[in-house]
Amino acid sequence: MTQVPDIVRQMAEHMATTVPQAASLGFKLVSVDVGRGSIQAAWREDLVGDPDTQVIAGGVVTSLLDHTCGLAMASAAGTEAFSTATLDLRIDYMRAAAPRAGVVAEAHCYKLTSTIGFVRAEAWDVDKSDLIATAQAAFVLNRPNAKAGTR
Amino acid sequence: MSRSAEQLETFLQRVPYVRFLGMRAELIGDEMTAILPFAPHLVGNTFLPALHGGVIGAFLEMTALAQLSVAQPSQRMHKTIDITIEYLRPGRAMTAYARADLRKIGRRIANVHVEAWQDDRSQPFAALRGHFLLSPQGERPFQS
Repeated sequence: MTQVPDIVRQMAEHMATTVPQAASLGFKLVSVDVGRGSIQAAWREDLVGDPDTQVIAGGVVTSLLDHTCGLAMASAAGTEAFSTATLDLRIDYMRAAAPRAGVVAEAHCYKLTSTIGFVRAEAWDVDKSDLIATAQAAFVLNRPNAKAGTR
Repeated sequence: MSRSAEQLETFLQRVPYVRFLGMRAELIGDEMTAILPFAPHLVGNTFLPALHGGVIGAFLEMTALAQLSVAQPSQRMHKTIDITIEYLRPGRAMTAYARADLRKIGRRIANVHVEAWQDDRSQPFAALRGHFLLSPQGERPFQS
């Protein structure tokens, strides 16, 4: 977390906490760097997916991974104004999270072309070396300034 | 209420996250339609406004799990192995519907496709393909 401009950090904070779905899930920004982002979701009783085990729902992990991928995309694009849309998102669930455990996700936008961003992400509950899920996503980037002549 | 309908209702009532989403489902014969009424906390883009991509994915995944709970009643929940979500159009600020197609139910693994739409069934806004690990079948589902 070194060379990120303040405006990117503010955007990251906004993305992680102010977007309605993020706010309702209680997301917290962990870190943001160029092309990278990390967000945390705490365990909550109303977010349980399996009442027998009290494990957080897969849907929360899906939202967290999608959102963290979006953050990595946004921080890769830097200060440029743009909007994104998810094209596809693949999630592999390696194991269930621990009972009553929150989840942390970390995403890396490893390639950004003029129109598409490719992102990988990982999620874990307690130990980063023991993942609960991985994700791979592609985003389309809409740069309003890129096609100024056609607007 | 038919046995399948009871199983579905039990599944939906039991999972706190289903209530968080506000998701419901209706069963006609063995065909289930999942319903997600719009709610402000599901929004991911406030400018459009549009449903959060994660919410769309979660809705499709819960649809698959709900349909599996009807087709393969079990005392324990079936587990998601992997899902691929395709986003075709923005999910608008209105009710969404989804139906699951159980492509293959094996001994341990099920392959499920799900499609979601809003006002026009022929214009889906998202789709899911996924594999699910089936829990052993039980005579009396969800009894502890």
